Amino acid sequence: MSAYGDEDPRIQGIKTKIRVVPNFPKPGIMFQDITTLLLDPKAFKDTIDLFVERYKGKNISVVAGIEARGFIFGPPIALAIGAKFVPLRKPRKLPGEVISEEYILEYGRDCLEMHVGAVEPGERALVVDDLIATGGTLCAAMNLLERVGAEIVECACLIELPELQGRGRLNGKPLYVLVEYQ
Amino acid sequence: MFAAENGLKGDPRLQAISQAIRVVPHFPKPGIMFQDITTLLLDHKAFKDTVDIFVDRYRDMGISVVAGVEARGFMFGPSIALAIGAKFVPLRKPRKLPGEVISEAYVLEYGTDCLEMHVGAVQPGERALVIDDLVATGGTLSAAISLLERVGAEVIECACVIGLPEVKLNYFCFDVLPGQCYWKWTFGIRMMLFDKCISFRDNAGLMESHSISSWSHAK
Repeated sequence: MSAYGDEDPRIQGIKTKIRVVPNFPKPGIMFQDITTLLLDPKAFKDTIDLFVERYKGKNISVVAGIEARGFIFGPPIALAIGAKFVPLRKPRKLPGEVISEEYILEYGRDCLEMHVGAVEPGERALVVDDLIATGGTLCAAMNLLERVGAEIVECACLIELPELQGRGRLNGKPLYVLVEYQ
Repeated sequence: MFAAENGLKGDPRLQAISQAIRVVPHFPKPGIMFQDITTLLLDHKAFKDTVDIFVDRYRDMGISVVAGVEARGFMFGPSIALAIGAKFVPLRKPRKLPGEVISEAYVLEYGTDCLEMHVGAVQPGERALVIDDLVATGGTLSAAISLLERVGAEVIECACVIGLPEVKLNYFCFDVLPGQCYWKWTFGIRMMLFDKCISFRDNAGLMESHSISSWSHAK
């Protein structure tokens, strides 16, 4: 589900702070830029509050954030709900032992890594990123967590691009977003 | 200056924070003792204490900008910004930020790299804090300071979880005296750092040379 239908009064303020940059990183792509949201302390705080209100008290012990914009939203949520924060990173960034999950890009493949031992079997996890498009990255993130025995409670993003149908590619796991970009 | 010399000596939180940081030898290459803060992020209390210590220091300094260096600066900066009511500005590797940016090059062990900031993110006269997980040579922080000053902001301080004191910081012209955990500060830029000296030395073991080349830090 998304918050769009419920229309919490904070949502509209958040939506207006997201800047769309045409033709980035390449022609034809309308890039959803959340950095302008981060420049507005109230809107940024409202964003975090909306997620925290949803996930507090749900016994979530892990917030996993996807590099790099998931690192901006994940830690404040983790701190507020009493969970640990686990960064999911591009290859060769995490030191020590890692597990890797490959995923498909439009052209070619990429890979997401997580530290061995960061998450224990049975932990309840939230996956956070700024945006869901095709769902490929979120899927890889969920796979990493499930491979070590964690339970995915939900995926949480600020923005969804519904046309790309990522929501249906999450192996039945629920998705919560604040804003849809049509 | 280190937190232990700046009114936080004996603060029980500091030791737990220090112990939560893992040292990984020979990463990303032989000879480098990598300071891994991800284990700190797994310890909710220690992570919260880290943020709280920074927030307590900066909340009344009229800071309106917290600039975090990609990517580990993103893990600490936003929480601090939210708590002190400042905006958060990500400083990123090239071609990550959409729209108009300004760039600042800096020197690596081999070659150069570049940090970018959005045009218009920071206004002249704003008071800014720069955040990163660790300072080694100071090259990245120097580039971050330059970006902010170029748009007319005033950098009040740089804040890092970890400082490696046994390195001569050419960029800042700090004099680091072996065996002592303090830095002289110059150009009015001060460093607020957690005390990592003791446990770092225990782990450093065989480190002998203080050359800058030993401390290039993967981002």
